[in-house]
Amino acid sequence: MAERVVENLNQALHGLLADDPALTVLGEDLVDPYGGAFKVTRGLSARWPDRVLSTPLSEGGIVGVAGGLALAGQSAIVEIMFSDFVALAFDQILNFASKSTAMYGRRVPMRLVVRCPSGGNRGYGPTHSQSPLKHFVGIPGLSLHEVSPFHDNRAVLAGMLATGRPGLLFEDKVLYTNRMYADGVVDELFRYDLIGPDADVARVRVDEEEQADCVLVVPGGLAARAVAVARELLLRDDIVCQVLVPSRLWPLDADTLLPPIARAGRVVVAEESTAGGTWGAELAQVVHRRLWGALRAPVRLVHSADSVIPTAAHLERTVLVQDTDIRQAVKEVVSGD
Amino acid sequence: MTATRTEAPPIAPTRLAATDLDLLLLIRHFELALLDMFGRGELNGTTHTCLGQEYVPVALRPLLGDDDFVFSNHRGHGHYLARFNDPHGLLAEVMGREGAVCQGVGGSQHILRDRYLSTGVQGESVPVAAGVALHLKRTEPGRLALVYLGDGTWGEGAVYEALNMAALWGLPLLLVVENNGIAQSTPTVAQLAGSIGGRARAFGVDHLRVTSTDTEVVRAALTPVLRRVRERSTPYVVELLTHRVGPHSKGDDSRRPEEIAYARAHDWYARYAQAYPEQFGVHDERQRAYVAQVVADVAGRPASDWAEADRG
Repeated sequence: MAERVVENLNQALHGLLADDPALTVLGEDLVDPYGGAFKVTRGLSARWPDRVLSTPLSEGGIVGVAGGLALAGQSAIVEIMFSDFVALAFDQILNFASKSTAMYGRRVPMRLVVRCPSGGNRGYGPTHSQSPLKHFVGIPGLSLHEVSPFHDNRAVLAGMLATGRPGLLFEDKVLYTNRMYADGVVDELFRYDLIGPDADVARVRVDEEEQADCVLVVPGGLAARAVAVARELLLRDDIVCQVLVPSRLWPLDADTLLPPIARAGRVVVAEESTAGGTWGAELAQVVHRRLWGALRAPVRLVHSADSVIPTAAHLERTVLVQDTDIRQAVKEVVSGD
Repeated sequence: MTATRTEAPPIAPTRLAATDLDLLLLIRHFELALLDMFGRGELNGTTHTCLGQEYVPVALRPLLGDDDFVFSNHRGHGHYLARFNDPHGLLAEVMGREGAVCQGVGGSQHILRDRYLSTGVQGESVPVAAGVALHLKRTEPGRLALVYLGDGTWGEGAVYEALNMAALWGLPLLLVVENNGIAQSTPTVAQLAGSIGGRARAFGVDHLRVTSTDTEVVRAALTPVLRRVRERSTPYVVELLTHRVGPHSKGDDSRRPEEIAYARAHDWYARYAQAYPEQFGVHDERQRAYVAQVVADVAGRPASDWAEADRG
């Protein structure tokens, strides 16, 4: 049985620390035996006590320290305990790390990744459940990635560091406990492959089926929900969906996403954040601009409700994007209702 | 623990070596030239001159090596000139002309050259410098990261997050506070509760307050501090009571006339001129003429180029 996502991330960090003696991993409560709030960093400090550091509660400070290491030619990975708290590091990301790649008139490599456990559906409540990715969309020099069950995190993290640009890696907290997909198989109905120049986009489709009624584009945290929807629509409604899951959300890799969308002529983009200035909205405008003639329906966006995220499970479900929201959106786009 | 070196403005400042005096006067005339050009509408944006504070980086200059990192701030021309003695590159940067040290992208406040960096956000570089100090401690023991900051910057939380980590982790981080008594237009007494020394003490970080504006006195006071930071790998806060003789940026000085007069009365420039008129006159005239020549040279250059490949 394939490993869980949290194990994949943990092994990725082990591998990177082994490969790169210039890499430091830092964040709050990372050191063993605790090993991080979500255990992503378990076992790292035992092997590399000098390069895996537990820090004070100082998100801005530790992202700044990581920026200093990157400035000195080193590599740094920071864990933010809950992605909500990355707001406290916004200045270091917006005004230091991302700008430093260019504002001195020449390219300055900044090998820095900020890992952000994000998303809801676990009952952590209003300040521990958000998906703050949208607040970082469009910052020059900054890349945004999201962990998915299709993408090996060692390759993702190594690729992010190798660009010499700072990046944020969002990690859906529910996804941690899910298993990675392997060998191109999702289930008995669906297969997946990795497409695009860097094999960055996972494409989930009915076995050997190229044409789809609708394309669903989602970040990794929504992949399981999107796949479940695609399966149910196929079995119940005879609607064929293809699911695209990019690892890198920003900058947008439109060249890889657009051809499947053009073939289907219908697309739903789902994300867990609230609406307004989002990754999905940016993707929608690119699709409208470049595929206007090929679209059979307007791009449909699915977001969580414009609301704080409640703690109680029954209330949380009314706010965050659920399978039913995505299924309803696809059915409306396909039927034209 | 806080120590204070209180030196009344000496009647006769220490006579300086020619190199120190030249550097002080280079910075002075560079800054005066900038204000002059702004007044004539020849410069874009804004600039913050260090008039009155030139002696700080000049005092530190021989105490720093090329392998030490220096982090500067919005008021950084003196810091840059003391490190590189490169008025052409800096002026070209401020004017956006060929030969600009950062192609004119960074301008007055954002400069990176070798192990020198300045940014325009208050306090932001203190955690960054802590990261660099962590790297130096691991790989180049004996080197340090120095951050220049003003009294106003002590309102920023980033300073305290960094001080906490630097003290916990024993980082060779030296904070040099140029306390000029005013944060843009807000007097220090209206924006800083307690004291900088008290805040350093709260983290168990040593603090030294120096009140002299005499280059040699300041240098003598700081020499053991830098040695200690290097040898013990420990953070340190040095607070220099200094005097901003000019405006915050271009022409924005809302201080009362007597406050400005007080700053002027403590200005090293006039007191040195009075103490050593013959030495001063020769050097002052030479540096004034040199800066005028730099201005003429750089102003005649074509606009700087920012190549696509350099855009990050």
